[in-house]
Amino acid sequence: MSGATYETVETDVLILGAGGAGLRAAIAAAEAGARVLVVCKSLLGKAHTVMAEGGVAAAMHNVAYQDSWEVHFADTMKGGKLINDWRMAEIHAKESPDRVLELERWGAVFDRTWQGRIHQRPFGAHTYPRLAHVGDRTGLELIRTLQDRTVHASGVDVHMEVTAFKLLMAGGRVAGALAYRRADGSLILYRCAALLLASGGSGKMYRVTSNSWESTGDGTALAYDAGAQLRDMEMVQFHPTGMVWPAGVRGILVTEGVRGEGGVLRNKEGERFMERYDPERMELSSRDVVARAINSEVLAGRGTPHDGAYLDITHRKPDFIKRKLPSMYEQFLKLANVDITKQPMEIAPTLHYAMGGIRVEAETGATTVPGLYAAGEVASGLHGANRLGGNSLSDLLVFGKRAGEAAAAAAKGAPSGAKIDQAVVDAAVADAMAPLSRPAGESPYQLGAEIQDVMSAHAPIVRDRAGLEAGLEKILELAVRSKTCGTGGSNTLAFNPGWHTALDLRSMLINAEALLRSALERKESRGAHARSDFPETDDGLASVNFVVEKTPDGMRIHAEKRAAMPPYLAEAVQHSYTRYTPEAIE
Amino acid sequence: MDAPDLELKLWRGDATGGEMVSYRVPVREGMVVLDAVLWVQANLASDLAVRWNCKAAKCGSCSAEIQGFPRLMCKTPISEYRDGVTVRPMKAFPVVKDLVTDVSWNYEVNKQIAPFTPSEKDQSTSEPWRMQQKDVERVMEFRKCIECFLCQDVCHVLREHDLKGAFHGPRFMVRVASLEMHPKDVLDRRPLLKGKGGIGYCNVTKCCTEVCPEHIHITDNAIIPLKERVDDVYFDPVRSLMNRLGGRSRKRRADRPV
Repeated sequence: MSGATYETVETDVLILGAGGAGLRAAIAAAEAGARVLVVCKSLLGKAHTVMAEGGVAAAMHNVAYQDSWEVHFADTMKGGKLINDWRMAEIHAKESPDRVLELERWGAVFDRTWQGRIHQRPFGAHTYPRLAHVGDRTGLELIRTLQDRTVHASGVDVHMEVTAFKLLMAGGRVAGALAYRRADGSLILYRCAALLLASGGSGKMYRVTSNSWESTGDGTALAYDAGAQLRDMEMVQFHPTGMVWPAGVRGILVTEGVRGEGGVLRNKEGERFMERYDPERMELSSRDVVARAINSEVLAGRGTPHDGAYLDITHRKPDFIKRKLPSMYEQFLKLANVDITKQPMEIAPTLHYAMGGIRVEAETGATTVPGLYAAGEVASGLHGANRLGGNSLSDLLVFGKRAGEAAAAAAKGAPSGAKIDQAVVDAAVADAMAPLSRPAGESPYQLGAEIQDVMSAHAPIVRDRAGLEAGLEKILELAVRSKTCGTGGSNTLAFNPGWHTALDLRSMLINAEALLRSALERKESRGAHARSDFPETDDGLASVNFVVEKTPDGMRIHAEKRAAMPPYLAEAVQHSYTRYTPEAIE
Repeated sequence: MDAPDLELKLWRGDATGGEMVSYRVPVREGMVVLDAVLWVQANLASDLAVRWNCKAAKCGSCSAEIQGFPRLMCKTPISEYRDGVTVRPMKAFPVVKDLVTDVSWNYEVNKQIAPFTPSEKDQSTSEPWRMQQKDVERVMEFRKCIECFLCQDVCHVLREHDLKGAFHGPRFMVRVASLEMHPKDVLDRRPLLKGKGGIGYCNVTKCCTEVCPEHIHITDNAIIPLKERVDDVYFDPVRSLMNRLGGRSRKRRADRPV
């Protein structure tokens, strides 16, 4: 379909994604003097960051004076079961306090301590109370603050409801992207000197997820297709507490803040079962441990009527609950007809976050493809095998800023003049338009549901070789079917979600395949990756990451050894810190 | 245990016109209107346009008029409507397609509101700021806004009279309130409120407060106090005289009075 019409738009730095990472990067790149264009799949301010509830982790030691970057670093590494990029974890722990204070200077309003400092709440696997928060809507505060800063920054433009479907190269560097406008299906060719992916996660490949329709893993898929390496793709996080009932709300997140504020987990026999899984940290153990514990209780027949556990905070005063967890109170009252000040919540694990993603350089967010940067959930490294609550929002701020600055610097030095291959553009356009030419082809909604079924059944909390292999076979088969899928019945270009879904499938399938293949390679249990056929952690694999790459023969995985930590970091991890329990705060 | 089918009537069309189309949807326990709409999209009408994201009343994307009432689809249980339910796009904004409207005007308005501006002293200090909880709680109410624009949709100034050039609407009164009442903000946005913001157009019918899914007391806590501030400076004869005699107001002016 050569001769397809598209508008051409030029900028210095093109950012795909307008969540916390994309917006923080936009601000940084604009401050560095670059012209910035932010392209997002939804409206501005609706990105998945708004769903973050509990808080942003930063060792500001406003509540526990003992806290320091070393302890935050150690918590992050131990939570990630040591396969984190230790340099990223170091940068993150050192810089997140400044990023939080900076947000306050931009107008964000956090809850306060009695001394008027930013309050910090306890959270799973954080040694000290560390999460700066605003009730249970911290993500909204963060995104609104960044959004207002972005729209008033000079040199930043935002294209809303535009989806990119292909990265374009010129002279061995990323030089642009092709995208469509959701409203009318018109195409845009973006030309840029540097491109930053901040497009979030891939949770939509699972049936029960806290993620929205947007989280189809577009960024990882686009980068993979452009030749970038992916890393740790087997590591996806099941958040221990998602709603389970009624069926319509299954998967919606219940903030870890409930446990941070003292909520306890019980099985149907009323037993506080975390005593058997992590007697020291109990409910505030790391997410992988709590999610597996709930899973084990259900498998042992001690689950609630809808295969979950009870989360109970009724021992707190109603006023306290309504003040500290207002949106949880509202959410359960409205959606489940449960008053959480009087009744326990019924919860079960829900797919929440991708620790794996694009391989990036710690300092700059540079990927393995020149001119291509990544930050936030779409990138990998910081969280290793398991992310701690609150480390995502700080991740967005710290690495969003760094990647934005690096992309702006790269854009300044980028050679110009190299041409984008027109044949590549024409082929990509034809490929994107193809589903519209077969409206009667298989329904993309049906295929999407099948992907979710396969991933939920074959790559669940606890995996094994036979299941993963069978899952991979099914995903490859679905990939073949998706090549000829239609739009579900309509060939209109005007806001046609059937067509959009058909294109999203491609991203989902790449993410699903990478997850299954990586999970087969990691023959051990570590963090979020649990194998029933390899239940032990293999110390030899602590220094190994699995890297995914596109080759002419298809997807290839190889193991890569990481350099050892320098002694000062290794000491920080080995040191034993006295815990500070939530009970001790009041 | 499942209830029988429900009749779901959706407005289908675009800027050139449209009509109500009826669908039958199998009802599951706990289903919300958005679930029903998405079921139709996946099974009966693949090109049904609808905007949604979080499905947990946190992002404010799925605003629509359900049985004529502006609400979030993700927060409205089907069980409230035993005899069928009608869903239309928001009326105050131009239709793009089906349930999706063009809300870009709101983003343009936001650009006109001068951003958060602390004093030079606060800006330059290297010390973290100190603020008391009771001082920040007031603006926290306004910062709960999820920008669903339902208040804009229901506001008769925008909805019936389409005075988008003259009045910024309740959402942005809340936005201005969140800045004006921020303990560290020193800018004076009253000239904007009186001028292009058009606060005088609001005649306090409180419809906006009624539809707010975040239960922000838009009229009582944001608009009325802002109106009082504007009146203080522009219509209080004593204050007005003092200002003319060179009395300095505590806050800097965002721009000249119109």
